[in-house]
Amino acid sequence: MPEWWSYSLSDFLLFSPRTYYRLIERYNEAVWPAQIATLALGLGCLALLRRKVWVQGRIISGILAVLLAWVAGAFLWRRYTTINWAAVYVLPLFALQIVLLVWIGVVRNRLTFQVSRGFTGVAGSAMLGFSVIAYPLVAPVLGRGWLQAEIFGIAPDPTVIGTAGLLLLTGRARWGLLAVPVAWCLVSALTLWAMNSPEVVVPAAAAITVVTAAGFNSQKVERQRELVDDYR
Amino acid sequence: MHRGKLDRRTLLGALAAGVAAAALRPFEALADTAAPLTKPIPSTGEQLPLLGLGTWITFNVGDDAELRDECADVMQAFFAGGGRLIDSSPMYGSSQPVIGYGLNRLGTPAALFSADKVWISSGSSGPRQIEESRAHWGVPRFDLLQVHNLLSWEAHLPTLFAMKAAGRLRYVGITTSEGRRHDEVEKIMAAHPIDFVQVTYNPLDREVEERILPLARDRGIAVIANRPFREGALIRSLARERLPAWAGELATGSWAQFILKFIISHPAVTCAIPATTQVAHVRENLAAAAEPLPDPATRRRMVQYIEGL
Repeated sequence: MPEWWSYSLSDFLLFSPRTYYRLIERYNEAVWPAQIATLALGLGCLALLRRKVWVQGRIISGILAVLLAWVAGAFLWRRYTTINWAAVYVLPLFALQIVLLVWIGVVRNRLTFQVSRGFTGVAGSAMLGFSVIAYPLVAPVLGRGWLQAEIFGIAPDPTVIGTAGLLLLTGRARWGLLAVPVAWCLVSALTLWAMNSPEVVVPAAAAITVVTAAGFNSQKVERQRELVDDYR
Repeated sequence: MHRGKLDRRTLLGALAAGVAAAALRPFEALADTAAPLTKPIPSTGEQLPLLGLGTWITFNVGDDAELRDECADVMQAFFAGGGRLIDSSPMYGSSQPVIGYGLNRLGTPAALFSADKVWISSGSSGPRQIEESRAHWGVPRFDLLQVHNLLSWEAHLPTLFAMKAAGRLRYVGITTSEGRRHDEVEKIMAAHPIDFVQVTYNPLDREVEERILPLARDRGIAVIANRPFREGALIRSLARERLPAWAGELATGSWAQFILKFIISHPAVTCAIPATTQVAHVRENLAAAAEPLPDPATRRRMVQYIEGL
């Protein structure tokens, strides 16, 4: 794009806030009562964190892959692209994330999710809890009503933030699996910023938290490795 | 008594005919008494109302039936008020199909002046995109096609000129916005027989006054002024301020009319294309295209007043 620096963020916003939030509202109406099922799956993920089930990693990874696939197909592809043609370019990223979750988490069973002490564990747990339990309250609190509530497993932001939170609970920084959630949080934050929506703080804070927590975890693992090397 | 029955029947028939006519031609039934002022398109002399209708953001409502009907209501009020030119682009999301929905609901008014754009990097893909746009609108041909933001203009202009020569297009134009690539715009205006140029122009964005607007007059090119309200930001920033007392001399009752009168009173400007989602705003905007329009001294005063706020 020529002279791209002369464009402001609002130049890339193709729709009005009213159109966007009505899209969420009509989507919620169209898929009801799927919200109950996806919230149950989210609560199931929370419950599984406390269980030492040998297929725990496979189940949670599978749930995340299914919910992301639903969000990508039902919302991004079928609905969001009707007001934002650029959303088409996000779909491959969601597909990549789904493939990675299925391959690493389901097929190879390399992901174990557990609540741990320390900054990374608290951050991951808080993000998951917020996305499943608190996120639906954001719209009503901001005066937009329950019909425009964004639900885990239905709307992209809570689903992606919940996914990122869970991935922080896998014991080490998995940058390959966290890249797409962070990218989506940044895209969403920029969109909400252009819309002058106060919700911008949620995906922005999520992106910062994920990068900080994963970076903290990387340093911690590196320090442990050095200690082991010194001991040898 | 028989005579009385006939009279009542005649009266009821006349009433029914009136109701039917109003239902069949709603925009004519609602037509305002004062049509907006017009200016000629320099290349043909065809008269065009000084106010058109933009669709950026406002008409991108997807498949939301309620919002589509609101857009159709806006179009209905626009045509009822004497408006003609509606401007869109493939870049504007679902705006084109939403225009098509509105035109279909209104029966495609004969007054429509359809203005769209080609916006694609590949020159060879231009004709396909234009055909898709035409199908969205549901019109037999466009009145005006413009190269959007000069994207691949070298490839698209020959296509548009060929369409015009073949009678499949009436006018050819180029667009830019917010002051981008004005040097290139000038070169194209000087070297190619375009009919229209679309640029950003309002009391705070007046760079085009220096070279592009004078060149348009010299070359006989019509000018469409986009972003008259800076996507509403200009109106919002002025909302807390009071109109000057002398605005009454211009018959302006709002900042929107104040700004529009400034824009369309420039001798080189053919029309401005404010976008809106509200019928009341369409009527308010169209009412600005009426006498009295400001003279050069008053135009300077208008700029000074807004810049001083």
